[in-house]
Amino acid sequence: MSAILEVRDLRVEIPIATGTLVPVRGVSFQVERGKTLCIVGESGCGKSLTSLAIMNLLPKRAKRTAGQLALAGADLQGVDERAMADLRGNKMAMIFQEPMTSLNPAYTIGNQLEEAYLRHRRATRAEARERAVYLLEKVGITAAGSRLRQYPHQLSGGLRQRVMIAMALMCGPDLIIADEPTTALDVTIQAQILHLLASLQREFHMGVMLITHDLGIVARVADRVAVMYAGEIVETGTVHEVFASPLHPYTQGLLRCIPVPGKTRRGEHLGSIPGVVPALFGEATQCSFANRCPHAMPACTAAPIPLTAIGADRAYRCVLPVEACVANQARAVAA
Amino acid sequence: MLVYSLKRLLLACLVVLTVSGITFILTNAAIDPAKALAGDSASAADIDAIRKAYGFDRPLPVQYFDWLGSALIGEFGESVRMRRPVATLLLERLPVTMSLGACALAFALLLSIPLGVVAALKPNSAVDRVALSLSVLGQALPTFWFALMMIILFGVILRWLPISGSDTWLHFVMPAIALGYYATPAFMRLTRAGMIEVLASDYIRTARAKGLRPPTVLFKHALRNAVIPVVSLAAVQFGFMLGGSVVIETIFALHGVGFLAWESISRSDIPVVQAIVLLISLFYIVLTLLADLLNAYLDPRIRVA
Repeated sequence: MSAILEVRDLRVEIPIATGTLVPVRGVSFQVERGKTLCIVGESGCGKSLTSLAIMNLLPKRAKRTAGQLALAGADLQGVDERAMADLRGNKMAMIFQEPMTSLNPAYTIGNQLEEAYLRHRRATRAEARERAVYLLEKVGITAAGSRLRQYPHQLSGGLRQRVMIAMALMCGPDLIIADEPTTALDVTIQAQILHLLASLQREFHMGVMLITHDLGIVARVADRVAVMYAGEIVETGTVHEVFASPLHPYTQGLLRCIPVPGKTRRGEHLGSIPGVVPALFGEATQCSFANRCPHAMPACTAAPIPLTAIGADRAYRCVLPVEACVANQARAVAA
Repeated sequence: MLVYSLKRLLLACLVVLTVSGITFILTNAAIDPAKALAGDSASAADIDAIRKAYGFDRPLPVQYFDWLGSALIGEFGESVRMRRPVATLLLERLPVTMSLGACALAFALLLSIPLGVVAALKPNSAVDRVALSLSVLGQALPTFWFALMMIILFGVILRWLPISGSDTWLHFVMPAIALGYYATPAFMRLTRAGMIEVLASDYIRTARAKGLRPPTVLFKHALRNAVIPVVSLAAVQFGFMLGGSVVIETIFALHGVGFLAWESISRSDIPVVQAIVLLISLFYIVLTLLADLLNAYLDPRIRVA
């Protein structure tokens, strides 16, 4: 299985008045064809900027560097903005968090769907319309033909997100980046949208990079997980490995925050991770989680912690050896 | 869209009716029509005779409905001073004023929208600062002074443009600039603010994520939404321009409606003044209506309201 997206050592720097902000600091991962990678982390950990950096849609002031950034084997770093625009919406597409504001209020759904197809394919308007109707039906919108003439304000949030998904699929992309696609939706709609994404992914055999802060979503749809904290990946592995035996104290903390049906008793305190994400100025000089970590020791603040690989595609970023991490988790679960 | 248009149209008719009533009352309160008609040297008996002959002794509401009835069929009476039908006078003068207003508005929009877009693309850049200075200057300069300065520079010193009359299109260049320049700052600031806001919106990010080319993103997705408030303002400004043409037409001796208004007011020519006020308010109302409809076309969310 070849990787559709390869990212190695991705950094984003934003110069501001008081120094340089580094919200993404050396992130590496792969997305494979037909698989879903979930990037998990709390607000401000650099998830969204990572996805915008891949699409080359960062704010103007932000600077992107990477050891490697390749889509289906083709380098994305050397290409100019013109060539990037040829890929966006074509080979790689993005679904955003806010369906309410992500569609242009002045144009019909049909116009906005067709425009992506007409931009990247040599097609007539009729062909583009046919494709739009086909995909609207695929994403579960009934009476697709008449929906094309509607404006965004005439649709509910769930419908708009379905339209956004159809729009991302217009050119049959290899990679879909979905940045918290269900956060703004009702819980019942969330499940429908996730189910839809998963079935479309199987049908069109795409790579999906799903950004979320919701571990429940991760458990349901991910093949692989990358946990991000303060601009770094602190743990990565298959969804089974990470949920069954989380190694990094941050991952362990995150998992304790979700109630488990049948196990968490009524009135019992859910876990929480005290403290806040540190400001991301300059280079890392220590473990960025040290100030919130229950197992912090002098070694944690002495130097930056490297990502340690264990096995082919499992890695974690902690000074403790694997056995100690596993023991910590076992103690925490028992308590 | 049809229901929306009809509703707007009905509202516009009511406004015209109100304006005509107020105009009628105000002119009759300000000037005694019989005295104005009789002239300064007339005796009290002459004035009384005229009052009876022209029906000015009837109650005001009766006179108003009488006048309104004739106005509805385009009959505005006869000019007291010029002894010619008001409708003919207006029709003669109207093309000049309309051309002036249209040229002024076109000048203002063609200058301010591109400037506003460029300023919005690079906020706080040199272009933005120059545009800002222009707009401050535009709002600070009195129209008549700006017009006179232009006459001195382009008419007297450089001799590029004619300074009075309305024979060729060249005669309209300076009046249109003088009249239009005043509206430019507001258009430009509104375009700039609208573009900055729209360019930061989520749907612009979506458009870029689709791989659309920068001109498509800028003109199709951004400008369309950014100019919606400019359209409303343009209609209002066009009404102001018709009013402002009184000053400009007098300066440049353009024989339009504005010049006629100035002449008639100074000579207490009531039928002409009433007709002109009604005409200009009618324009104002039609323009506002057009702006509403154009807005509804540009912004589909308005149509359902």
